[in-house]
Amino acid sequence: MSVTERPAAPAGAPSDGDASGRGAAFSSAVGGEELRVVQPLIFASSRPGRRDVRFPKPSDAAQAAAASQLELPAEALRTAAARLPEVSELDLLRHFNRLSHLNHAIDLGFYPLGSCTMKYNPKVNEWAARLPGLSESHPLDPPELSQGSLEIQWLLAELLREISGMAAVSLQPAAGAQGELTGLLMARAYHRSRGEGEQRTTVLVPDSSHGTNPATATMVGYRTITIPSNERGGIDLAALREALGSDTAALMITNPSTLGMFEDQIDQVVAAVHEVGAIAYMDGANLNAILGRFRAGDAGFDVMHFNLHKTFSTPHGGGGPGAGPVGVSERLAPFLPEPVPVLVEGSPDEVKRNAWAGRTTPGARFALEAEGTREQSIGKVRAFAGNFGMHLRAYTYIRSNGDAGLREVSDDAVLAANYLRVRLTDAYDLPYDRICKHEVVFSGRRQKREHGVTTLDIAKAILDYQIHPPTIYFPLIVEEALMIEPTETESLETLDRFVAVMHEIAERAARDPAALRAAPTTTPVGRLDEASAARRPDLRHDFGTA
Amino acid sequence: MTYPDDLRYSKDHEWVRADGSTATIGITSFAADELGDIVFVELPEVGAALKQFAAFGVVESVKAVSDLFAPLSGTVSEVNARLQTEPELLNSDPFGDGWIAKVDVADGDELKALLDADGYAKLTS
Repeated sequence: MSVTERPAAPAGAPSDGDASGRGAAFSSAVGGEELRVVQPLIFASSRPGRRDVRFPKPSDAAQAAAASQLELPAEALRTAAARLPEVSELDLLRHFNRLSHLNHAIDLGFYPLGSCTMKYNPKVNEWAARLPGLSESHPLDPPELSQGSLEIQWLLAELLREISGMAAVSLQPAAGAQGELTGLLMARAYHRSRGEGEQRTTVLVPDSSHGTNPATATMVGYRTITIPSNERGGIDLAALREALGSDTAALMITNPSTLGMFEDQIDQVVAAVHEVGAIAYMDGANLNAILGRFRAGDAGFDVMHFNLHKTFSTPHGGGGPGAGPVGVSERLAPFLPEPVPVLVEGSPDEVKRNAWAGRTTPGARFALEAEGTREQSIGKVRAFAGNFGMHLRAYTYIRSNGDAGLREVSDDAVLAANYLRVRLTDAYDLPYDRICKHEVVFSGRRQKREHGVTTLDIAKAILDYQIHPPTIYFPLIVEEALMIEPTETESLETLDRFVAVMHEIAERAARDPAALRAAPTTTPVGRLDEASAARRPDLRHDFGTA
Repeated sequence: MTYPDDLRYSKDHEWVRADGSTATIGITSFAADELGDIVFVELPEVGAALKQFAAFGVVESVKAVSDLFAPLSGTVSEVNARLQTEPELLNSDPFGDGWIAKVDVADGDELKALLDADGYAKLTS
């Protein structure tokens, strides 16, 4: 397949030949710009009185009763019905199905979005999450009727403990960023418990960390101090030592960093942080690179979070929600969010041995820790156990890979990134030219300088090859950054096609830069005015004067 | 690239137009170009105390969110409220209508720590 060949349009996608005009792709000159209208707004198919489901009309008595119970003040009540689109169920279904076909997804094509680990999400995860005994369980079911769900929560926490080397794990946080918040709240509670709450006011964050790290520190009330990177893409140890002091609450470090580099001075980093009595936090977002090779707990970290939707293949974005469990060292364990799933009766080793062999353990009993057990807990950060559906998928993923399989996941993720690093160095600048982990960061500065083609233009051009672009302009410390994370789930053929696409784009940048600046041309919509959309967001539908 | 001769420049890409005890500050055309289309500016409050080279506001573009670093110390006497609805002024006229704040200067000697137009042109070339 040549790199420019387009796959057949997905079934049900709009075509040019649809005589009805519904969903037809056509071009029209509006405001001097070509505008490709692909799917009209749903309001266009609205007809007065059309319905999908007809609800029985409530009796007058029921309406009167409902009205008398309304607690809203009169001025907050609608006087006219909301102008919702009025469509049949079939038209509604077609509308959203067509929209969904316009989207790019990992199930449709390559998605090397750096720092996001857009790996394939195995369908066996979905099978497990849909098992009626689990999907229909309710968090308010009594523990004696929830033993299976509780056992899986306990086992997942045990598996994450083993993977990370941390002493204890909470599954509650609903996303990586909430995991960070939970981690820093525990760090703050720890310092307060020692009478150092007032004294410790700063959080140190390397400039190659995730953008959420300084945001988390600010949310918890700390001042962020940015630590520069050295010329190898690691942390500048001298700058770190200078910034550390009795006012330091924590260091938050992303390892491997957003440059895709493993921090090879990690032992010195953790030692320096502990020397001043601060907490060492590892952002586990890039765990996909180091499974079975490096454990935060072994390196002495006090806290780390796991992004189940990255490393452990639970869905991203619209398919979410996320899940961001946190692991802690012994000294932070008293501060974990309550409640933690616990094994009340039975031997942990026996329960695990049986579970790995596909058996339950007679006599074993699981529960959520009783409220108040953990006196110093920071409290709940999420209702019940967190996003249990995600825990099921992650548990399935870990169990279906096993320990050797997980190590292979990371080995292949690192191999794929380094394959792209080596194959693309002739066409794009590589600011940190050494072996990387799961992602590789190129710079489009050569294309910008020599041909006036920016990284944004390159990213837009990639769309024309039915590939999702890499992360761009991040990390901030790389000019015109192109951050590529292929993941372990792509075939060599897919990687080779991506290499060919990137070479072709570099060649086109030299030959016909104007064409790249006009890309994409084959997508449902072309170059969007992102600046105006951000400056003056207008999300209301205008009915006009009708 | 050349820059206005009557301004002083910080290595953080802010400019100062000093006029006796008051000064106007903003970001340079180089900074605006590097940031790309700017979509939001978080201005300091009138009366806020600025410290030279410390963060005093935030600028957000389609690419990134960046701190604004004060090119000199002083007290904010006026902010450019137009930027709240027209942040694009930072791109279209960074040295003019895209000014960010006016400041009562605390220490005029701090200007000596800043670059002149030639020095800044060298820094950004």
